[in-house]
Amino acid sequence: MPIFIDRRLNPKDKSLGNRQRFLRRARNELKRSIREQIRTGRIADVDAEHTVSMPATGTSEPSFQNAADSGEREHVLPGNKHFAPGDRLPKPRQGEGSSTPGLKESEDDFRFVLSREEVLDLFFEDLELPDLVKINLKEILAYKPRRAGFAASGAPTNINVGRTMRNSHGRRIALKRPSREEIETIAQEIATLEEGTPDAPAGARIELLREELERLERRRRLVAYVDPVDIRYNRFEAQPLPNTNAVMFCLMDVSGSMGEREKDLAKRFFVLLHLFLKRRYDSIDIVFIRHTHEAKEVDEETFFYSTQSGGTVVSTALEEMRRIIEARYPSHEWNIYAAQASDGDNFTADSERCIALLDGEIMRLCQYFAYVEIIDERESHIFGSTNNGTSLWHAYEAVSARWPNFQMSRIATASDIYPVFRRLFTRQPTPRSE
Amino acid sequence: MTLSAATSGLLFSGSDWDFRTLARAYDAIEAIAVEDLHLDTYPVQMEVISSEQMLDAYSSVGMPLMYRHWSFGKHFLYENLLYRKGGRGLAYELVINSNPCIVYLMEENTMALQALVTAHAALGHNHFFKNNHLFRQWTDAGAILSYLDFAKGYIARCEERHGPAAVESILDAAHALMEQGVFRYHRPPKLSQEKQTRSALERLEHEERSYNDLWRTLPTSKEDKSEDKIAERKESLNLPEENLLYFLEKNSLVLEPWQREILRIVRVIAQYFYPQRQTQVMNEGCATFVHYTLMTTLFDRGMIGEGSMLEILKNHSNVIFQPAFDDPRFSGINPYALGLDMMQDIQRIATKPTAEDRDWFPAIAGSGNWRETLLEAWIDHRDESFIRQYLSPTLIRKWRLFVLADMAEETHYEVASIHNERGYEKIRSSLADRYDIGATRPNIQVVDVDLLGDRRLRLQHKVKDGIMLEEAGRDATLRHIRRLWGYDVSLEGVDAQTGARLYETSADRAGG
Repeated sequence: MPIFIDRRLNPKDKSLGNRQRFLRRARNELKRSIREQIRTGRIADVDAEHTVSMPATGTSEPSFQNAADSGEREHVLPGNKHFAPGDRLPKPRQGEGSSTPGLKESEDDFRFVLSREEVLDLFFEDLELPDLVKINLKEILAYKPRRAGFAASGAPTNINVGRTMRNSHGRRIALKRPSREEIETIAQEIATLEEGTPDAPAGARIELLREELERLERRRRLVAYVDPVDIRYNRFEAQPLPNTNAVMFCLMDVSGSMGEREKDLAKRFFVLLHLFLKRRYDSIDIVFIRHTHEAKEVDEETFFYSTQSGGTVVSTALEEMRRIIEARYPSHEWNIYAAQASDGDNFTADSERCIALLDGEIMRLCQYFAYVEIIDERESHIFGSTNNGTSLWHAYEAVSARWPNFQMSRIATASDIYPVFRRLFTRQPTPRSE
Repeated sequence: MTLSAATSGLLFSGSDWDFRTLARAYDAIEAIAVEDLHLDTYPVQMEVISSEQMLDAYSSVGMPLMYRHWSFGKHFLYENLLYRKGGRGLAYELVINSNPCIVYLMEENTMALQALVTAHAALGHNHFFKNNHLFRQWTDAGAILSYLDFAKGYIARCEERHGPAAVESILDAAHALMEQGVFRYHRPPKLSQEKQTRSALERLEHEERSYNDLWRTLPTSKEDKSEDKIAERKESLNLPEENLLYFLEKNSLVLEPWQREILRIVRVIAQYFYPQRQTQVMNEGCATFVHYTLMTTLFDRGMIGEGSMLEILKNHSNVIFQPAFDDPRFSGINPYALGLDMMQDIQRIATKPTAEDRDWFPAIAGSGNWRETLLEAWIDHRDESFIRQYLSPTLIRKWRLFVLADMAEETHYEVASIHNERGYEKIRSSLADRYDIGATRPNIQVVDVDLLGDRRLRLQHKVKDGIMLEEAGRDATLRHIRRLWGYDVSLEGVDAQTGARLYETSADRAGG
């Protein structure tokens, strides 16, 4: 008889280490693939599983192999039907595969699934993001009563019957309040004695019992069944409730001056903000507002891919945002985040109007308002640290000085995007959760 | 099926299995195997695994233990994908050439399938592993598992000490040379036991610790650069050398001791698998022949029910399915089918020979002693020699085999031979050549190295029938060799017949 070993309960995933090594190996290629998918896909889909194709470089396993297109060789094949020696058969054209479509050709060309964590890992590495989980983003906007022990005072609706009766019971025992049974037994005894033959000892006994009965009843009246000191109320404390809904406004200038590159950078910025928020909030709405000289709420597809010509009036977008907040997202129920991307062009007069809108209302409603100005890479070193800039930039600088939750930054390349977030999360004065 | 197995004489009934039934089936099958087929096997260790574990085993070249490397992860992803998409089923079993012989059984198998697998792997493959001369001489079944255990631990320790990236680059390079990492012609040094390996390591570490640069400055004996030194140098380096990994391990100018040890590990594993690659048809043929014979015997003796037998036969015929060359499912010659057919043909020739068989196989035709013939063939042959000796005209006709000549520069194939009187010999030797790994794989050897000059390593590719190397892979592999050697590596293509030089390239020229 052979030895039997049941290995079914042994740990699975023996090859997990190999998988991780493989992903590390293919990192650059996978990163590029993920980046491409994020660029073309929907913002909300970033945070999901992704299918990627087998990276072509870096993961091949070379060896000395015979080249199929050289030399002379012979194939031995089964299933001859009508060939005679000397017959000629045309070769299959290139790519159709020869007589042995084996495993080798297809092995380097397949797609596999990356988990959500692996995707985020690859994506964040690209932007050099630190561990974001430690940062406290939530603002307390609502309170919810929470049970917190008992109180001696309160509203009648909150009386805790169980606790009250327990107090009452203890007090009755301590003060020796006669029970109903005690009184009833005495009354019973009096009644039986009175029915029986009236003689001297019985009369005396009845007298004695009557006195006792009266004493007990007086005591019962004095010691109440439920006394005000017994009463306990449920005590509630208002517990701050983090608001778990967030809405993210994406505002973008789509006038002719915003090209493919600008839109791509803007999209990455929006993706990142969405990922941030997604980690903090249960549900996130995204509102896309695009504007030229007039603003309109649109869907994601239109937002990123359709073009529209017109002038540039930024305040229309802010106007639209305020309208939508009023209509759909009351600020005590929603955490409102806004991200605006623009190349900075605006009518000078309109910039004043933007300041007024932001100062007047929007900044009060928003958790955070981020403005990114997308500039040419060549301009980046000119504008880099100086305060020169477009009219919108000047206008917003005034706003930025007054509101700590307003951030503005210039972005020329993808790697500039992350610092904007760093500034946001270091400046936020909310306490850090440990 | 209401009768219990015990009263009806059946080994099992129904499709469920438990360990008692498995043991009873194994004992019955083994008894017949020994008394009827005279099989001689290693003790068996059967391990029941789940499908995930089977996938895990796939990705580590079928071994229960393996060191970690990204390429195994890549294969795992691929196998996993095929399996999940339903493109490919998993094997019912996996058998490892070790002592005791480890057989993996899938838990999903029905009892009938478990019996089939037991006969196929635990007896068929097991007998072949234990008796075939290639395995006996070239592999050490008793030591392989402890060696793999050592290898896994050693490479993990190297990763800790030197970083995964450094280990990975050595493994990448070594894997690229796995084909060239075997001794084809002379028997390899016997795989050392764990204890010996450990003492070798200790010696290395001692050398590392006691290394003193001063020794290098001692005056050496007079250098004599005469011409006949070259021959002497080749002699001392044991050139030409076909085992590139072995040569690099012993003679590389830049590798550190731990890197040499990793090369050695890869080389030992390559050598371990080399016999399996040479005996695919024989190995599978032997196992298939054994399971078919044993199952029919069991059925004849009333130990397997008709339902179970039907299931077994269905699986059996799936395994030996051989589509014709123009069938879309055709993917080469099925080694199970060819092996089984040849072995059954030997059985037929021994018992019911035709005149033609007497002509072709005078030694065995009509001898009636097919058991002896097969047992000897299993011991003595590999695929190439087995086909060369035993492929009969009857079988060539049955398979309707034909030979296609393929000249790379022509736009058409030419039918060279078919299954007729003139073609039999040609088909037989041509098919045998297909299975001669030494002849079909590129023949690359180290021919010279100028240790006192530019230290360039010279490789030579013997070009046979004008078949060149695939260039991208060749250049990438040369770069890997250069990493191991430390200096430039050149590769020269020489025609095997004429000795004319066809091309020359080097790692530096290949770029990177």
